[in-house]
Amino acid sequence: MNPHSAAGAGLSRDSTSHRDVKPLLQSTSEPALFPEQYELHAAPLHRFEVTRRGFLKTFGGGLAVLWLLDLSDARAQSESGGGGRAAGRGGNRRPPELAAWLHIAADGTVTVFSGKTEVGQNVRTMLVQAVAEELPAPLATIKIVLADTTLVPWDAGTFGSRSTPDMFPQIRRVAATAREALIDLAAKQWNVDRATLTAADGKISRAGDARTIGFGELTKGEKLVLNVSESIALTPASAWKIAGTSVPKIDGPSFVTGQHAYTTDVSRPGMLHGRVLRPAAFGATLVSLDATAAEAMPGITVVRDGEFVGVTAPTEHLAARAVAALRAEWASQTTPQVSQRDLFAQLKAHARNSPAAGARIDAPPPGEGVSLRQSYTVDYIAHAPLEPRAAVAEWQGEQLTVWTGSQRPFGVRGELAQALRIPEERVRVIVPDTGSGYGGKHTGEAAVEAARLARAAGKPVKLVWTREEEFTWAYFRPAGVMEIASTVGADGIIRTWEHFNYNSGNAGIRSPYDVPGQRTEFLQSQSPLRQGSYRALAATANHFARETHIDELARTLRVDPLAFRLKNLSDARARAVLEAATAAFGWGKVERTAGHGRGVALGLDKGGYLATCAKISIDPARGTVRVLRVVQAFECGAVINPEHLKNQNEGSIVQGLGGALFEGIRFENGKILNPRFSSYRVPRFSDAPKIEIVLIDRKDLPSAGAGEAPIVGIAPAVGNAICDATGIRLRALPLVPNGLKV
Amino acid sequence: MSRVTSLQVNGAAHACDADAERPLLSVLRDDLALTGTKYGCGEGQCGACTVHIDGVPVRSCLTPVGSVGPQKITTVEGIARAGRLHPLQQALLDVGAFQCAYCAPGMVMSGAALLAKNPEPTDEEIIRFMDGNVCRCGGYGRIFEAIKRAAATMKGSAK
Repeated sequence: MNPHSAAGAGLSRDSTSHRDVKPLLQSTSEPALFPEQYELHAAPLHRFEVTRRGFLKTFGGGLAVLWLLDLSDARAQSESGGGGRAAGRGGNRRPPELAAWLHIAADGTVTVFSGKTEVGQNVRTMLVQAVAEELPAPLATIKIVLADTTLVPWDAGTFGSRSTPDMFPQIRRVAATAREALIDLAAKQWNVDRATLTAADGKISRAGDARTIGFGELTKGEKLVLNVSESIALTPASAWKIAGTSVPKIDGPSFVTGQHAYTTDVSRPGMLHGRVLRPAAFGATLVSLDATAAEAMPGITVVRDGEFVGVTAPTEHLAARAVAALRAEWASQTTPQVSQRDLFAQLKAHARNSPAAGARIDAPPPGEGVSLRQSYTVDYIAHAPLEPRAAVAEWQGEQLTVWTGSQRPFGVRGELAQALRIPEERVRVIVPDTGSGYGGKHTGEAAVEAARLARAAGKPVKLVWTREEEFTWAYFRPAGVMEIASTVGADGIIRTWEHFNYNSGNAGIRSPYDVPGQRTEFLQSQSPLRQGSYRALAATANHFARETHIDELARTLRVDPLAFRLKNLSDARARAVLEAATAAFGWGKVERTAGHGRGVALGLDKGGYLATCAKISIDPARGTVRVLRVVQAFECGAVINPEHLKNQNEGSIVQGLGGALFEGIRFENGKILNPRFSSYRVPRFSDAPKIEIVLIDRKDLPSAGAGEAPIVGIAPAVGNAICDATGIRLRALPLVPNGLKV
Repeated sequence: MSRVTSLQVNGAAHACDADAERPLLSVLRDDLALTGTKYGCGEGQCGACTVHIDGVPVRSCLTPVGSVGPQKITTVEGIARAGRLHPLQQALLDVGAFQCAYCAPGMVMSGAALLAKNPEPTDEEIIRFMDGNVCRCGGYGRIFEAIKRAAATMKGSAK
């Protein structure tokens, strides 16, 4: 077995030691997500050794659950029928009890609990809007507790653009259930027909009656003992008053003033700083360690546990010096590791399966149209969240609390329990609103490392990965090879279509164009680097391949690329975004000037439709490509927050420009060659084009998530624009890491 | 090993006892609990750690605390005046600039330094000055817009 396989993933030195590692996504009460979920897997970095004494100490001491609750009634553990917020304990399920989700304090403050994490997608704002809309209550009275495994109902994690289609209606059901209960309470208290009562603005009132009663007065802070109604009628989007509007980011002022405490800002009494000794290369094993010099430094604790070596120190500076003082000898792998120049050949050669029998289609008879077979590639790229992976770990006896930036708090709880051999009940994971993730923070490496160091030091420990660690020891967006073969009739109608993806994934592989019997297949391979989820998963790679290929066909046929797309497209929602984007862009009216080009791409991912138009300029002397203007039309059902949706689109375009133009991880024989912002270029102010977003608000359709889909259109749109300007067809992402030779 | 025992931060003298070689960033965050200033890269490439020293924007991750001396340090916690947000902070909120906002303190400090030096920057000047500040969520367009708005606000209030 190849230790670097896609699903087993990673940097494991001993592949057998991971056999008992549970998949990160366990069976859940939520529906299965996507066939490409394999990308959400990334194996742990560390496997701690277990001593018999330690094992007995952990498991022999009884399993009494001691909760770290020092909380008011609003947040206290629900005691009713084993439900409440403890539900995450036993099984991974969503508790039905209303009290697990919502609490109304005597002063009318509404607190809602959700396992989603805020990573900048503004889920907190969306959930406040959900409550305000359905309860209804004033925005200022609503608080959302997110991603604290002791306080919130179990949740699989924040990925797959699931918060909008899944948590938004769930919280609306919670609020609507509470509203009906409040109306019942008021009807009883006033001894009137409930049909005469209305809930609005945090109060119940009655037609023709001056009396009102606040929600807090009704509940007096007591639990509402009932279950969340799955079938309760929700306010339709056409009648929304607060959902559907641009409510500003909750707690916005705390971010611009520096008051918000991210994980990296958390401080605990007596806290030390940690640093981990990293191997000289992937796959290297520790032969010997001389910690004498480091241990002689004041206040330093050196921890060695199997292959894991780390230190704790009173300051970050001393921790870094102590790690530098460790004398470690590493043995590198005996066989050379796959380097970048061999990457794509490796991915194809080591595919776990071959394209299905009969999948290969033959070229059409000559004279009937055109056929085209092309190969496209995408490099590994890094998420590079500005807040690196970080954690603060604190032990109180056998109870562990960890603050960490993660998109999967309950998943990280499981990782901690497994790595440290303690029951999950003794682990509390708290995720402060985090300095972004983009799919890169599904795993809990920093949390596990901090917890291991804190256990050894006997004090709370903060561990913040350096930028270099973040670029090296996190996981990457998968690299991939896409092969597309197609035929088009003389009438310009696409007749056949096959699309294979080696290694990068399945997301977005199905063509939205009218191709009866299209064949698509994802072929898992052996990844030389640790890889995992990245915003939109493989949809970026597959859209790049497909939308480039479509453009190539249009050029070969000498037809307008927009007209060619529309001719082969009957999906009304796809047509609507394509027409909206090109109209706003002025597709037919753009003046064709030397050194300028325009390109278009269509996308469909995770329930969102988009079309992207880009205008670029080329400086042939310097070989630079500038993206001047981007127009993107986006439709994901009913819009919940127009400004935040626009912001997601704008941000996706800018972030996507990095992977489109110049981002790429360079690696050789187990080492990352560009693990810094000075060598790994990310988009900056001077790269940002003028962007216009056209939102299509379909109030008749359920809202789909929009944290991912808006990123998939920019790379093919820019690539097609480069070809428009120069005639040069680029089939690899990044397109111009070293400029363009014209 | 020389020590730093006092720093002038946000208009007040702060006692500390720090190895002079330590980065100013670490002393601000860990010793003075001024955590608004962020670590992003440690090599002056991302701007998240930007503070003002005597009004000049510097990357605190690359500034040894021993080099600061009696100069006046301003951090994002000290940029508001008399309980009112700096016009750029307000403009950033007004345009809804941020997603994760981890870059926000650095953007505020770089942008405020620009506006102090150049109250009416051209588009080109804004882009050139801000190019050392990274926003991974891609909010450049809105941050740019906020700087323009703040410039207009400051011009109006200066009259």
